Amino acid sequence: MRLKNVFATRWGIIGVGLFIGVFAALLQKWGNPGNMGICVACFERDIAGTLGLHRAGVVQYIRPEIIGFVMGSLIAAYLFKEFRPRLGSAPIVRFVLGVFAMIGALVFLGCPWRAALRLAGGDGNAILGLLGLIFGIWIGTLFLKKGYNLGRTQSTHAAAGWMLPLIMLGFLALLIAFPQIEGQNRSGVLFYSLKGPGAMHATLLISLGVGLAVGLLAQRSRFCTMGAIRDFVLFRQTHLLSGFIALVAAAFVTNLIVGQFHPGFEGQPIAHTMHVWNFAGMVLAGLAFALAGGCPGRQLFLAGEGDGDAAVFVVGMIVGAGLAHNFGLASSPKGVGPYGIEAVIIGLIVCLFIGFTMRKRSNS
Amino acid sequence: MNTKIDARGLSCPQPVLMTLDEIKAGKTSEIEILVDTDTSKENVSRAATSQGWEVTDVSEGCNEYKITIRKK
Repeated sequence: MRLKNVFATRWGIIGVGLFIGVFAALLQKWGNPGNMGICVACFERDIAGTLGLHRAGVVQYIRPEIIGFVMGSLIAAYLFKEFRPRLGSAPIVRFVLGVFAMIGALVFLGCPWRAALRLAGGDGNAILGLLGLIFGIWIGTLFLKKGYNLGRTQSTHAAAGWMLPLIMLGFLALLIAFPQIEGQNRSGVLFYSLKGPGAMHATLLISLGVGLAVGLLAQRSRFCTMGAIRDFVLFRQTHLLSGFIALVAAAFVTNLIVGQFHPGFEGQPIAHTMHVWNFAGMVLAGLAFALAGGCPGRQLFLAGEGDGDAAVFVVGMIVGAGLAHNFGLASSPKGVGPYGIEAVIIGLIVCLFIGFTMRKRSNS
Repeated sequence: MNTKIDARGLSCPQPVLMTLDEIKAGKTSEIEILVDTDTSKENVSRAATSQGWEVTDVSEGCNEYKITIRKK
């Protein structure tokens, strides 16, 4: 007899949201950038930078939180016999969705988790991002209602399910083999930031520890910020949404206690005030998440439990980050990048194309 | 009449959408749903309960679950 999964209950998901909110805010206190205790998009972008896939000097660091998310989920999946190696549900489409999800997120400057943390830190621009996220996911639900579907996965070799976890262990090995040298922007094969958000981080053990705990809890509870909004729009179900709201509330209270709450629109950390593009960037990201079936965090947890298609989405996001910075698509605190607006429009067209054309009924 | 839904290999929200479509079609009072992940099992059960149906049986096969739901 298997134990009932307490994390799949209402209080389970709320507890996980509270945990993530508190520790994300604390990670900022412990060294991570402002309103960026955890940001899956930003952290994968930093990983792309440290590998030299882009050369934006201020965002280069192998974020141990990301490694922890995948490995924590893997551990939970093995402990509870839920590791199911599977893939084959239109991986190339998921790659493309990952690329554009990252581009959209970097126009806003954050994934849904960071949008929530920015709001909880008083950044009013996050409201535009969250509205864009909701709108993008709403478009996604219209496609889902019309039968949008990327097809079935097949079960596969356990080793295939291990690919992303092994890549993460490889990142950890690189981080340990080539640690940052004081005042140097290179260490062995890795690039490091001397200033900017890439130079701001909690210690390796703290980041990895929190990442592992979050990965474990999120795998058990199926925590997903895109699913939170999607399930409410599609089914009026508030299960996942209660976890997302708990995250915002917990981060807000923690920020108040440790003095990290600074309300306003101007001068917010790693944020810009171009409202239209904060909104539109997240419309693109939200639509791409909805079409891919999970927010960036959820894709990491799915990859940890053996979902190779989610792993392809993650790789798409890392490649997307490389493109976003090399092509000048990513925003900065000064505003959108030189080609950011064009990239959002192209991304929306690509996502609409995917939504309109891939609607084979699963049972036909 | 007993209706069967094969949602194996499909990720959420597909299994839930398929189940709700069948419930809303109103042609049946018992549905068997095949899924292959615990997440889908939980989501389908939660969705059925919210529609006033009850989960009467969950049996575990080789890498899959068969969920039986019945109209109360």
